[in-house]
Amino acid sequence: MVFFVLTTVPQSGFGNFALPIQIGAEDMAFPRLNMLSFWTTFVGMAVLLSTFFISDGPPLSGWTSYPPLSAIGKATGPGEGLGQTLWIVSIAIFCVGSLLGSLNFIATTLDLRARGLSLMRLPLTCWAWFITAVLMLLSFAVLFAAGVLLLLDRVGGTSFFIPAGLVVNDQMVNHAGGSPLLWQHLFWFFGHPEVYVAILPGMGITSHVISTFSRKPIFGYKAMVYAMCSIGFLGFMVWGHHMFVSGMSPYSAFAFSVLTMAIAVPSAIKTFNWIGTMIGGKLRLATPMLFAIGFVSLFITGGLSGIFLGQPALDLTLHDSYFVIAHFHMVMGVAAIFGMFAGTYFWFPKATGRMMNEALGKAHFWLTFVGAYGIFMPMHYLGLEGHPRRFSALTGVDFLNSPHLIHLHEFMTVSAFVTAGAQLIFLYNLVYSWLRGPKASVNPWEATTLEWTVPSPPPFDNFAGRHPVIHRYPYEFSVPGAASDYIMQDAPEETKAK
Amino acid sequence: MGLAIAVVVALITLISTGIFLSHHWWLPHAISTIAPAIDRQFTLTFVSTGIIFVIAQLALAYAVWRFRDGGDTRRAAYSHGNTRWEVVWTTAAAILFIGLNLIGYQIWASVHFTGPEPGAMQVEVWGEQFNWYFRYPGPDNRFGPTHPEKMNDGIGNFLGLDRSHDADSKDDIVTATLAVPVNREVELVLRSKDVTHSFFVRELRLKQDLVPGLEIPIHFMATETGRYEIVCSQLCGLGHYKMRAYFEVMSQPDFDKWLETQAAAQ
Repeated sequence: MVFFVLTTVPQSGFGNFALPIQIGAEDMAFPRLNMLSFWTTFVGMAVLLSTFFISDGPPLSGWTSYPPLSAIGKATGPGEGLGQTLWIVSIAIFCVGSLLGSLNFIATTLDLRARGLSLMRLPLTCWAWFITAVLMLLSFAVLFAAGVLLLLDRVGGTSFFIPAGLVVNDQMVNHAGGSPLLWQHLFWFFGHPEVYVAILPGMGITSHVISTFSRKPIFGYKAMVYAMCSIGFLGFMVWGHHMFVSGMSPYSAFAFSVLTMAIAVPSAIKTFNWIGTMIGGKLRLATPMLFAIGFVSLFITGGLSGIFLGQPALDLTLHDSYFVIAHFHMVMGVAAIFGMFAGTYFWFPKATGRMMNEALGKAHFWLTFVGAYGIFMPMHYLGLEGHPRRFSALTGVDFLNSPHLIHLHEFMTVSAFVTAGAQLIFLYNLVYSWLRGPKASVNPWEATTLEWTVPSPPPFDNFAGRHPVIHRYPYEFSVPGAASDYIMQDAPEETKAK
Repeated sequence: MGLAIAVVVALITLISTGIFLSHHWWLPHAISTIAPAIDRQFTLTFVSTGIIFVIAQLALAYAVWRFRDGGDTRRAAYSHGNTRWEVVWTTAAAILFIGLNLIGYQIWASVHFTGPEPGAMQVEVWGEQFNWYFRYPGPDNRFGPTHPEKMNDGIGNFLGLDRSHDADSKDDIVTATLAVPVNREVELVLRSKDVTHSFFVRELRLKQDLVPGLEIPIHFMATETGRYEIVCSQLCGLGHYKMRAYFEVMSQPDFDKWLETQAAAQ
């Protein structure tokens, strides 16, 4: 989920389509590199899925794959043999695909912008994809290296992550000298920026959609850009907050927790600015806007629980509990997915030339929004009660195996089924609208950016040989004195005077 | 539609906050000297973030309802933002978030920066897939060395002690339950035989990973007798969910008697 959905869809999925059109380019800078990135990622996915078809099954060490559990082999559990090896290979391949893609995004954003499109005139979506690409470039390189080391520990007889004197199942392990914490440092040095890789594109889409559907310029464009830049920058300095109780030096917790609190500040700025954009606007509550509003609500909820978890003293009880699951699912799971839905409903007419059904879209939104809260809100209560995460059954611990907590699990399970069922509405809408939806005009949402100046769907080279010139900032809505309530980015200067 | 969103967002906000406030599900009864401070810090954080949560969600709900497009000819306000407000809420957020952190840091320091009080009782805590073992040093107050090559659960030598050669090991007491006397400072030394585990007793508000290759000390004082549970909080394999041991806080005489019985069973 983290690698093959949250990393790929918001960035590569939407970015490869919308970034070149939004900046007035006929394609990404390196189309072949782009294809190589896609197929590399595809192979990575195939290797990962293959673990379901081998005799001892997929690995059980989770997406963090902490050694020694993941480093020793079959002895530590089913799936820790070939399955774990294939997992590492798959993730290493995935890293290569992501690195290729991120280079392409950076080059495209820097080099292929249309005349007049200065960086401070970029749509916030482009800023988000650009910063995400930089994060991917710097973090996936580290994960790749860590993956290679872990693979060597498994198959090459090295001991980067395996200390001396281990006894698994009464069998001595023939390794010495490694440190399990080294993996955690490397992994989270990647893992924390990865969180922002998942959420930044959603922030970009949300900003874009909220401004467009509020018919109002985004509140504090520059503050939004600087907030994303500082989130990206600080994102590399907070990995230790995943490790407060890991056994690393307790003194370093101070630096990591202050920086973690600091990163909450730009996140708060973004939230204020989204609401600030809506205040005084004229909100068109079409489906993309509903999902953007849902994103803001979920982001507030998930962001605030981070204020608890950023404090090492509270992690003495909350770390690795359901409270953590609630936090990151709200903020980087469901919120990021709401960003994807907002993007899908928003750009579907441009990509396919047909409109999606609004009634089905709204039904999908309501069930998913209420359902997501139904799944993840009760997890906070479980976490307070001390319910550890990653438990496959409740029967091993007395305090978990009680109606007091089981009722919450039952409620969450029902919510999960309802939410999953609601996605069938989305899939039906997607397929039906693609085949039978009403034809989309060039600019059905009356938006201002360049993708809405080309036909729906766009021609192969986006602009059919035309070279657009940009005259203004991306969110000129409701300009006093203008004929309509939006002015396209490429409209000539005199448009404003009319 | 605007009204519907406002109502649903407001309801979700108020109901979930109400459930928190009802304390129906809440931090369990606390039994350590450090726990009240942690609970106070939790409550402080809960109140301040809770107020922001309710205000922000209700502001969102209000904005959606109040500024929805009603089909009239009104135009949206033309504004690119307000620098003064940006500065105000940036500063307010920074002071609140970092301030909370600084207040809470005292607690972290008292758990990790200062050692146990002198005369603390030492116990070793060992994790293995999917069992806990506890070692008391016995009358000599010294732990004997452990020999990985001698570790053998099959014959009951869980920690690889060599009682016939190592004098310090002779009186070591290995148990499956962690018992401690009430109101006595205890220092645990956490060690793992195989993979990373995590020691967690929710009533103590104490959690710390057991990392293979490291000996990690933590300390606490339990203030109420009773029987509690130690659960593993770090994914350690297929049986992670059942890696549990009992944690018993006893009066000093009960504890002495218990330890004697355990010693006799070695």
